[in-house]
Amino acid sequence: MNQAEALTQYEAVIGVECHVELKTETKMFCGCRNEFGGEPNTKTCPVCLGMPGALPVPNEKALAHIVRTGLAFGAEIPLFSKFDRKNYFYPDMPKDYQISQYDMPLTLGGEVTYWLEDGSLKSCRLTRIHLEEDTGKSTHAGSGDGRIAGSSYSLLDFNRAGVPLMECVSEPELHSARDAVAYLESLRRTLLALGVSDVKMEEGSLRCDANVSIRPIGSETLGTKTEIKNMNSFRSVERAIESEIERQTALLESGERIVQETRGWDELKGATHSMRSKEEAHDYRYFPDPDLVPLEISRDLVDALRSGLPPMPWRRFERYTKEYGLPVTAATQLIDNLSLGEYFDDVVARSKNPQQSSNFVLGELSRLANDTGVAVADSKVGADDLAELIELVDGKKINSKIAKDLIGRMWDGAGSPKTIVEREGLAQTSDPAAIERFVDEVLAANEKVIADYRAGKTNVLGFLVGQVMKASRGKADPALVNELVQKKLA
Amino acid sequence: MEVSIARSAAEIARDVNARNCSAAEVTAATLAHAEAVEGEVGSYLTLLRDLAESHARHVDERVRNGAHLPLAGVPIAVKDNMCLDGTRTTCGSKILENWIAPYTATAVARMLGAGAVPIGKANCDEFAMGSSCENSALGITRNPYDLTRVPGGSSGGSAAAVAAYEAAIGLGSDTGGSIREPGAFCNLVGFKPTYGRISRYGLIAFASSLDQIGPLTRTVQDAALAYDAMAGYDVMDATSIDRPVEPAASSLREDLSGLRIGLVREFDTKALGEESDALYRKAYRDLQRLGAELVEVSLPTADYGLATYYLIAPAECSSNLARFDGVRYGLRVEGDDVRSMYDKTRAAGFGPEVKRRILIGTHALSSGYYDAYYVRAQKARTLIARDFENAFASCDLIACPAASCPAFEFNAKSDPYSMYLMDYYTIPMSLAGLPALSVPCGWVTPTGASGPLPIGLQLAAPLFAERLLLGAAHAYERATNHARAHQPELAGIRA
Amino acid sequence: MTPDTIDIRYVAQLARIALTDAEIERFSKELADLLGHVNALAELDTASVAATAQVVESRNVAREDIVRPCLDREVVLEGAPQRQGAFFRVPRIIAE
Repeated sequence: MNQAEALTQYEAVIGVECHVELKTETKMFCGCRNEFGGEPNTKTCPVCLGMPGALPVPNEKALAHIVRTGLAFGAEIPLFSKFDRKNYFYPDMPKDYQISQYDMPLTLGGEVTYWLEDGSLKSCRLTRIHLEEDTGKSTHAGSGDGRIAGSSYSLLDFNRAGVPLMECVSEPELHSARDAVAYLESLRRTLLALGVSDVKMEEGSLRCDANVSIRPIGSETLGTKTEIKNMNSFRSVERAIESEIERQTALLESGERIVQETRGWDELKGATHSMRSKEEAHDYRYFPDPDLVPLEISRDLVDALRSGLPPMPWRRFERYTKEYGLPVTAATQLIDNLSLGEYFDDVVARSKNPQQSSNFVLGELSRLANDTGVAVADSKVGADDLAELIELVDGKKINSKIAKDLIGRMWDGAGSPKTIVEREGLAQTSDPAAIERFVDEVLAANEKVIADYRAGKTNVLGFLVGQVMKASRGKADPALVNELVQKKLA
Repeated sequence: MEVSIARSAAEIARDVNARNCSAAEVTAATLAHAEAVEGEVGSYLTLLRDLAESHARHVDERVRNGAHLPLAGVPIAVKDNMCLDGTRTTCGSKILENWIAPYTATAVARMLGAGAVPIGKANCDEFAMGSSCENSALGITRNPYDLTRVPGGSSGGSAAAVAAYEAAIGLGSDTGGSIREPGAFCNLVGFKPTYGRISRYGLIAFASSLDQIGPLTRTVQDAALAYDAMAGYDVMDATSIDRPVEPAASSLREDLSGLRIGLVREFDTKALGEESDALYRKAYRDLQRLGAELVEVSLPTADYGLATYYLIAPAECSSNLARFDGVRYGLRVEGDDVRSMYDKTRAAGFGPEVKRRILIGTHALSSGYYDAYYVRAQKARTLIARDFENAFASCDLIACPAASCPAFEFNAKSDPYSMYLMDYYTIPMSLAGLPALSVPCGWVTPTGASGPLPIGLQLAAPLFAERLLLGAAHAYERATNHARAHQPELAGIRA
Repeated sequence: MTPDTIDIRYVAQLARIALTDAEIERFSKELADLLGHVNALAELDTASVAATAQVVESRNVAREDIVRPCLDREVVLEGAPQRQGAFFRVPRIIAE
């Protein structure tokens, strides 16, 4: 059996664990600014440097971020939660323990709904979401390639130490690399919509590991899993998982066993490699952090936070595709551009014409936004203006060509569409008598063309209609013009 | 005027505020005296001459500008486990021997804000682990009442400094008795407020759920003044209590009428020897004479206090002291890689008692032992706290010994457990978070002692009842005046 | 309650403290003694007792998300056992 066939005999079981840096003004347990980058060791204080005597005090915004995230995914918010210490030594961890949450996380359960390119919706349950603090950053020197292996010393920057970090763990319910990526995309969209994180993999504000195992299709027991690390983009997540599934499949097919271990993804080689060393069993000695007091999230707060949630991406996706009939790509585009999506929703709410709204928003307006670098939502074309324009088109007051021109002029600040139309007399002419006059003029001036038409060259009809439109300065109702020209030539 | 170093903090503040003398004069006299007796006593690891002088000038200026400062010009000793910006803060450990704190502990900042003047950083058992100050890696502190004996610990330097008039107030920290026991050994009032009353921000942690800052003073009134200055919520300490503090210094009482004082059935003072036993019985009678009704209460689980404490405190310390790793500050002993650097740094930087506690605490938290040790100890802690709740249903305060014996000679407690027994009477209150203090209750002369040694009575109150506690101690102190019976025999000290 | 044994070598490794043979011998004995005392807790019936992590019943203590001043970098690095430019420096890290 070849590899391709072998792959069809197994089902992959994948769980994803994400670490997400939260968007707050300050760090998790101190007032140092939480922002990416900056001069090394300039955003530190006794607390985040783990200096003797310093004490942590939780950031209420970070707590709210986690609860809101949990609520967005339909998680349970337990009445009681606490912080624990996870004890292990590492140079970039100032206290040599990490303040985290062990057995009583802020949220339990919930699920992430995601969609695939074919528009189908799927979901993956969450185990938990908890709050912890990030470590500092180590730069490994002396190995030539910045890697830890072979390095001769390391340099430490604690600007990141203590940044609030959300750990979000999924159940092992994803079954392909594409599912895993779609899950991550949905998670990312949701966190962006909630405003709790920038979720940038390239800046490390989203980091994820994947647990991968395979089992013969139909089997209920889980195979031995490996944990994949060092994936730096959604693309590498997809490639790494695919590669790992292939590796595991090949091992099983050749009668070998899969070793439970951590494997690193090598982007250049396109393969995972074992990260095992003479690993001593981790004994983290978790215990409740005596510097922090327990959390009791009141039901009133939960209700208040729940009522302030934005619409969830997958609900919007459902509405856009099922209710509005938009294509998957258009729906995804509107969801992924938060301000554009909101603008679109505003326009639809007024115009009641999602198709036309989507055409203008993703078409002409997005083109202008692209050309000028001004976001649609910030442009001079207000949602009410666009809705008014759509109303004019729908009411056959103007035709679509003029509508397109109008958008350009509105973008430049020419005012509301109705004012421009009235001011410049651009209203579409649907008066048959008026149109007939234009038709007669054009036909009188084009005898040769008429002869051609009658001789069977029916394609000149378009030319004649065009001439009539031109004579009307674009205002004639094109459908009516077409009808009249044909009638006269018959 | 000639400045008497023997005055209380209240007297000094009164005089400085009235501009009868200046903070600068008090400071100069205290520094001169400290330099004269330090060779014998060794209270301080660092004398802060320049800082003290500049603070004193600042206090005088504030007073001249019309400020009334409750601790104007009061010289204080700061235990060397509290941070003071720009000063060496060692915790009595080689691992921090040369560490300069870049910030100031809240409690210290509040004392200075109230007009106190920092004379020096006082010696202590390494990381506050010990009951004699002998565990300091950086110096020996002697008991001013008998230089062949220990001052108690872990706040031994602060206690010795106040007893030897090198400061009027000593700031100490108490985890299992580290203020009350040296208070008893050095003829002082040693006061540990309710857990969380005084911010721990800037106090180098030993056991976070037990550590509490408090004063060592020569009078109850001074303890109340220091408490009033330091107590209260601090945004920098999530475990500090956000509840109003009733000032204690202005409401001290003269009698004990209407108070019920509980004597603990399980704490039999006969075991402390005839002399001490008699003094404690006398102390209880004195309480009664002052109007208190004596009632018997029971603390059935108090006997398990030591076992509970020696799991919880080491467990927390094993984690709290992980940060001393040679990476960001403090001692580093180089190694081939980070791991060996850690191992060597911590081997060289910590003394035996600290190592013992880190090891036992690591064990208590480790996989497979956590439930049997740590969780069980936490449950025992619940039972001990519950015992006190039950006891306080039938009394307002509890009276008992503050320590198992008077100050002992150096190297007398070489077996760790015999040292741990020193805190038998103070640990249960610590586990329950209660406010408690020791107040001098007489003098004993053990066999071999060259002269009389003080012993202390411990009074404990329900959570947050500091005002009641200090009031009662004040009444007892005024009526008995035991502290005045003897003076340390040191150069420059006049009766 | 577990017997009064303690694997000093394992615990010292977790705690990152190099011990000499003499220390291993000494601490093994002392800590076994201490565990003997501590085992008295087994006598207490704690089956239905809640664990106390903290004596004072505060809840939900948190701070507002407001920036406070950081330490000056020179102050931060002045105390470093080894620095290189703007960084703390440590010997090579062997991955575990």
